[in-house]
Amino acid sequence: MQEQVQNHFDHPLLSGYRPAPGVADELFDSNGMMRPVWLRFVEHFARLSPEEIEKRFARGNQYLRDAGVYYRQYSNDPMQEREWPLSHIPVILHEDEWSDICAGLTQRAEVLEQVMADLYGPARLVSDGHLPAQLVASNPQWLRPMVGVPPAGGHYLHFLAFEIGRSPDGSWFVLGDRTQAPSGAGFALENRMAMGRIFPEKFPRDFIHRLAGFFGDFRRAMEGLAVTGNNTGLNASIGIMTPGPANDAYYEHTYIARYLGMMLLEGEDLLVQNGQAMVRTIEGPQPLGMLWRRIDSGFADPLELDPGSQIGTPGLMQAVRLGNLALANALGSGVLETRAMMAFLPRISEVLTGQPLKMPNIATWWCGGGEQRAYVHENAANMMISPAMAVDLPFDLNATTALGGEFRGTARESVEAWLEAEGHTLVGQEAVTLSTTPAWKASESGGQLRPCPMTVRVFAARTPYGWSFMKGGYARIGVEGDATALAMQRGGAVGDVWVVSDRPVPPISLVTTDPQGTFRRAGRGTLPSRAADNLFWLGRYVERCEDAVRLIRAYHLRIAATDTPRDPRLVALTRFLNGYGFDISQPVPEQLLLRLDAARGCASKVRDRFSTDGWLALNDLAKTARQMTGSVRPGDDAARAMGVLLRKISGYSGLVHENMYRFFGWRFLTAGRSLERADALAAMLTTFAAPRAPSGALDLAVEVADSVITHQRRYRVETNRDTVVDLLALDSENPRAILFQTQKLQEVISALPGAYEAGRPGPLLRAILPINTRLSVASPEEMTPEAFSDLRRDLSAVSNLMTMAYLR
Amino acid sequence: MLYDVNLQIDYSYESPTDHSRNLLRILPPDISGVQRVLSRILSVDPLPAERYDGLDYFGNDTTSVVWHHPIKAFTLKLVSKVERFPPMQQLDFSPSLEALSRELGSVRSLTPTSPHHFTVATRRAPITPAMTEFARMHLAPGMTSLQAVHAIGSALHGEMTFDAEATDVDTPAETAFKNRHGVCQDFTHIMIACLRGIGIPAGYVSGFLRTYAPPGQAKLEGADATHAWVRAWVGIEMGWVEFDPTNNQPSGTDYITISTGRDYDDVAPVRGAMRGHGEQETSQAVDVVPLDIA
Repeated sequence: MQEQVQNHFDHPLLSGYRPAPGVADELFDSNGMMRPVWLRFVEHFARLSPEEIEKRFARGNQYLRDAGVYYRQYSNDPMQEREWPLSHIPVILHEDEWSDICAGLTQRAEVLEQVMADLYGPARLVSDGHLPAQLVASNPQWLRPMVGVPPAGGHYLHFLAFEIGRSPDGSWFVLGDRTQAPSGAGFALENRMAMGRIFPEKFPRDFIHRLAGFFGDFRRAMEGLAVTGNNTGLNASIGIMTPGPANDAYYEHTYIARYLGMMLLEGEDLLVQNGQAMVRTIEGPQPLGMLWRRIDSGFADPLELDPGSQIGTPGLMQAVRLGNLALANALGSGVLETRAMMAFLPRISEVLTGQPLKMPNIATWWCGGGEQRAYVHENAANMMISPAMAVDLPFDLNATTALGGEFRGTARESVEAWLEAEGHTLVGQEAVTLSTTPAWKASESGGQLRPCPMTVRVFAARTPYGWSFMKGGYARIGVEGDATALAMQRGGAVGDVWVVSDRPVPPISLVTTDPQGTFRRAGRGTLPSRAADNLFWLGRYVERCEDAVRLIRAYHLRIAATDTPRDPRLVALTRFLNGYGFDISQPVPEQLLLRLDAARGCASKVRDRFSTDGWLALNDLAKTARQMTGSVRPGDDAARAMGVLLRKISGYSGLVHENMYRFFGWRFLTAGRSLERADALAAMLTTFAAPRAPSGALDLAVEVADSVITHQRRYRVETNRDTVVDLLALDSENPRAILFQTQKLQEVISALPGAYEAGRPGPLLRAILPINTRLSVASPEEMTPEAFSDLRRDLSAVSNLMTMAYLR
Repeated sequence: MLYDVNLQIDYSYESPTDHSRNLLRILPPDISGVQRVLSRILSVDPLPAERYDGLDYFGNDTTSVVWHHPIKAFTLKLVSKVERFPPMQQLDFSPSLEALSRELGSVRSLTPTSPHHFTVATRRAPITPAMTEFARMHLAPGMTSLQAVHAIGSALHGEMTFDAEATDVDTPAETAFKNRHGVCQDFTHIMIACLRGIGIPAGYVSGFLRTYAPPGQAKLEGADATHAWVRAWVGIEMGWVEFDPTNNQPSGTDYITISTGRDYDDVAPVRGAMRGHGEQETSQAVDVVPLDIA
């Protein structure tokens, strides 16, 4: 054994691995011996050639890219997304150590639950002097409307995360409690999937505890909590409430929603009727009994909470007050994240449970008390001094934090004056040192493992049988060289935490297997109106882009073929495109990019219902168009570029329309596309089939409608007005004809809920039926420009009726 | 003094709103030793699909109204009879500012009347260096906390011009203070910020003012709509006192309280949310007429 360890030390991979003195290291103990839990992994890893390592890491990265994993930072550009910074080396902990961690955190979760119940109940911790009144009363996270409101189901806290680190003596401590709306659990799953691509062998795979069991426990717990729709007579559903695509964890929200099969909801998806939270769906309001809240409490209800909130649901607090909606976690749970709370929790634990905390938290002093203030001042050299009410983690330090008596950011006369003047708004926290764990440092000569500081995020869910912990987690890995908590703020990576056993562990899957072997279909579920709206507009926007690209291509083909820009066909095209806001003097008009962005915006809001391949294809399309601007020249070059975009649009459309399950969502997407195409054709024929249209305009229309070959086969003559109108407006077999699209529209609308009222067509069908009748019996000469204008007006009425009926 | 207190608030929307919900704080309550409500009726037109009465955290009466179908306008009408008792003459037992800070520290209470709710900046009453400096300038050595409240209220009254055109309901207090123009809501927020800045817990009172002054006295500012003034905590002994910076006087028999809170956000007469686009318009009419003039 001793020899083996020595060998590892000598291995080129570890030759640069020098844990700093006075810092705990995950890989080596203080005597320089490799910890047994790592041995087998390091042996396994050390056998890989540098080329093999590179290949495997690339495979992991490719998985993340294909899955569309990204993260977003709030910035000026709301669409700025970053590649996921996976550390390809796991953090490895033995299952026995993990059990100890979980035992400590179970106790902590219970203490937090009791503190929460007290702060929103009798507030005895305050009146008995264990918590200063002002820390609660002046805390923006303490929500007054929740005082005296017992949580549905009896508990406030259901899903928690704890950020923990390892002290130099090897013990664990808590850096922060995440009680508001903890993120990272979905990312932990994705990390695990990517690691499975990097290390697919039986070892390590079979020796790592799975994450799925935890999610199964949580999902079942949530189903149990869902309050049944009180007087609606309908079963209440469960959902996840997200702030929307601009949030940094939105990807995770969509991923978890898909993984757990829950509706992904935004504030405007909900309304509160007769005290019951309801989801606006295309079938009308449906009761909601349980919400996994991923928005901060204060934003949940603009009427009773933050009046400036744009992302909440008016009246939600009423549903909560009446006990008609269970929330994970209860509104107001963010108060527990307050940094100053850590100064009092150790004592509170003894008061409430008679036990000291099994796992300590980062030593914290509230500077509102005279003695504590003096202590912080005397020991300022080893302190981080920061706002008492902050709810971020200690390493997310902002500019007005003093470390080691030095000021960061704004200049101040002295720590003493600062503490004296604003003591009650400040806390001092011990400048802790974290343990280091191996991280990969790539280099020309093949790369090495290096010790980097880390913290681990541990997830816990309440179940009827107690707290269930994710067996594994999500590690943050800082940069080498500085093991203070502060090092964590300078970027770094995220890692997969492996909780390993000495023996293979049995697999678990989220999908329950029926011992009888019988199969059962789950309901297809309803569609929230907002999702339907986004799908409808996604269909419209992409079709609009396709039409525009075809027109722009036609323009540039003519430019290439004629010398004079005053060619009447070019003039007509320019004017027509201008009418849609396209400035044709730009080879890739800005308006096209905006429309692609609009399409992408719609798709981003329905990512839980949209194939990952379709999403990536749409992203690729938007990116390609953007890259073309500036480099593309008018004429042949632009025509070719539009050809590339067209093929990418077709690729996207193929992926989406061929593979999407033919249900409500697909019908709205298709309805949007058909309406848009029918309207675009009518608009084009109004102009290009007008009696005074320039010669060649009819050929242009046929070309833009991609019907040149069909025209030749069907009519065997040169284009004339009748043949073109017949083919592009009145043909029910040509997908590029108005009638074909309006019939398609009728078909999908007929299959929507409520299309018929008492067996007779409802208002929406009544609007579309006459259009189809008219087009079915019309002769080409009857289709005057005025007739096309009327048609467009009627199509617009159909769109409005659709919005009124389903999309509000 | 017995009053007929009538209030009408009209809202109209440019386009009909779908499923609108409003939280109203319009009903004057009984307040022991201060006022007694003999009758109060709040009618809402069109008739809402849902209506609930409740109490908020600070004990204010709330009424939630919900319309499920689109509405273009609605009207709220309060008809009430309220008796206002004359304030008791009080000796000034309030501590110095230094002693007030110590007394505050010794209050271990999280009840709605605890001064701790009213010490820090809130959205509409932010503590700014300019306002804190203004407050400090008007302190004199040896002043009691109550004297400080009156001194700062009077100073603000002298400094600010009442101007119904200068601000609207969403103008920040800092802006109104910088321009030295505003209405009772601005006066009140500024004074709250000034007091909190120097360590005096302070809150917002919304209510009514008698419409016409007794013969020979000037009509009070702010009588044509709902009014606002300040409450301040001046120590364990005296507790909460009220001062109206718009009219430079402590509240008295001319004042009827509707609700109290940390700032306007806690007491807004109408807090609404609707799905819809376009502008909304609102108007208010208030009538506070004494009945026992004899």
